[in-house]
Amino acid sequence: MNISKSLWVGAALLALTPAAQAADTLNVLTWCDHEDPALLEPFEQANGVKINFKDIDSTAAILAVLGQSKPGDWDVLVLDQTDTGRLAGMKLLEPLDAKDYPFSDIPAEIADPKLSSVGGTLYTIPEKFGYNTVAYNKAAVDPQAMTDIKAIWDPKFKGRVAMYDYYVPMIEYVAIALGKKPAELSEADLPAIKDKLIALKANSSMIGDVTTVQQALASGAADILVGGGEWVTAGIAKDNPNLDYVIPTQGGVRWQQALAIFAESKQKDLAKKFVQYIVSPEAQGKLATSSCYWGMPANSKAVLSDEQKAILRWSDQPGYIKVSHPYLQMTPEFDKALQAMWAEVLQAK
Amino acid sequence: MVSSNEARAASQARLAGLGFTLPAVAWIVLFFGAPLAVMAVMSLLPLTADGTPPQLSLKAYRDFFSQPAYVQAIWNSVVTTALVVAISLLLAYPFAYVLATRVPKRWQRFALACAILPFWTSYVVRSYAWLLVLAPTGIVNWVLINLHLIERPITLAYNPSATVFGFVHFFIMLNALTIYANLVQINPRYVLAAQDLGASAWRSFIAVTLPLSVPGMAVGAFLTVVLCIGDFITPQILGGNKELLLPQVIMMQIQRQLDLPMASVMSLVLTVIVAAVYLLVQKPMRSARL
Repeated sequence: MNISKSLWVGAALLALTPAAQAADTLNVLTWCDHEDPALLEPFEQANGVKINFKDIDSTAAILAVLGQSKPGDWDVLVLDQTDTGRLAGMKLLEPLDAKDYPFSDIPAEIADPKLSSVGGTLYTIPEKFGYNTVAYNKAAVDPQAMTDIKAIWDPKFKGRVAMYDYYVPMIEYVAIALGKKPAELSEADLPAIKDKLIALKANSSMIGDVTTVQQALASGAADILVGGGEWVTAGIAKDNPNLDYVIPTQGGVRWQQALAIFAESKQKDLAKKFVQYIVSPEAQGKLATSSCYWGMPANSKAVLSDEQKAILRWSDQPGYIKVSHPYLQMTPEFDKALQAMWAEVLQAK
Repeated sequence: MVSSNEARAASQARLAGLGFTLPAVAWIVLFFGAPLAVMAVMSLLPLTADGTPPQLSLKAYRDFFSQPAYVQAIWNSVVTTALVVAISLLLAYPFAYVLATRVPKRWQRFALACAILPFWTSYVVRSYAWLLVLAPTGIVNWVLINLHLIERPITLAYNPSATVFGFVHFFIMLNALTIYANLVQINPRYVLAAQDLGASAWRSFIAVTLPLSVPGMAVGAFLTVVLCIGDFITPQILGGNKELLLPQVIMMQIQRQLDLPMASVMSLVLTVIVAAVYLLVQKPMRSARL
């Protein structure tokens, strides 16, 4: 092998190292709905970069990954927007300029600065939302009865209710049933909420995560599911067309996910371009109909077919948004108090 | 000269012994001692809201022991594990005994293979399979209804009993294997001697076989405790969150808050319980003199 050949081989090997790849790679911590090639390829081709994504499923998972990474290893993250304050408080997020993003195309309730800003500084851009609902088997339960949130405590449904094992939407639903506004909850409200949750537990057959409650609905161990996202029923609706969901007339709970840029990112311009791309009408259509799970796009100009809009209940959205409450905006201390209370509910006999 | 040679030989033997034990010691230090030490240190560094480095403190311990629901989880874990051990031993012993003393040698291997079949499937899949069996539309309810023992399906899954049931299904075979391994090593002449001296079959079993099989039971019981008390999957799938066991509370700390200090405190509590059980059963485990 002559010298010039050796140099070419050396250069080729160098090109394969992570350091050499870094300049052409945008590193994203993302949920599974951002991983479809159809969503990522247009951005990759337009910018000549590769999206290196790592699948995470919670803010705790983000913190766990960051704990094993060097500052600047990651550029963009997808997060549950309720955690904006927590991550901004840890100085992990880059302040953003609202002018760079299409806020005029996002419904005012979804774009609410209370969800995306801390101390007047914007940190997160809403990208997708949906609802924690009351789902039910309409072959076994009167759909009209399910429009009243108080029905889940009705003794006639004893042993037929499943509770979703996530305390934030469950506590909000109980607050709504008690006539309280979720956004105004404080520690003083917790004893009454705990009692009501324990009463609901007594009326329930089980409390479980997505897979377990799906199993309960599919096997007939439960006919009603409180607090689960609409994706819970969507996942098994093909096999059980009688499954449906409703947002109670007293109000519902809205989940909302967002994009943010890491303060330590070394590619902030490219990161900003990526966020702008994801909230563009074309990408929003693909994100809303992701192969992992569907959800409403934040951008009301999202490119979707009529059929897709019908599945997403597009025309119902103004009414749903109006009566739904976003996840609680919590301090870490209040979050811990809620978690401890949820543990007490689960331990209650 | 002789004593010098003996001393050299003894020294070489010590070195050889050290050489043989060093890998095992290094393994334990690296994969047990060091993680345990990290966990202990982590438990003293409570989480801060803004991510700033914490001060050494017992706050995570105070927070844990001041939460009745978390302390209750210790009790639930101990009671569930004790139940699983007791039921598994009770059911496993007759099976192992019949296998070791009644089944012809050539069939024992086949029976043992059948016994370990449940280990071949995924733990998670097995738990979900039980959920299907115990569901209102599952086979148990179907049989009970068709036998006219019940009129409508009853709730068999999603409660602490279902958790115990799922555990027992797994651990009964583990216990059967350890007890069987113990029983086949017992010299049959001991029982013959007892019967020669006039003991009945039952009396010779109680006075000879049972005491000699305690090590097998102790090993099975200890393995059951270790595997059962730290298990998250079975109670999560079958228990329906009707009560929390300690591993579930540990996962709560990780999944939402990534509260590693609190999770470390709870994990250390689990370790202390397992260590206490080991101290309790180490004598019976070593008492095999067959």
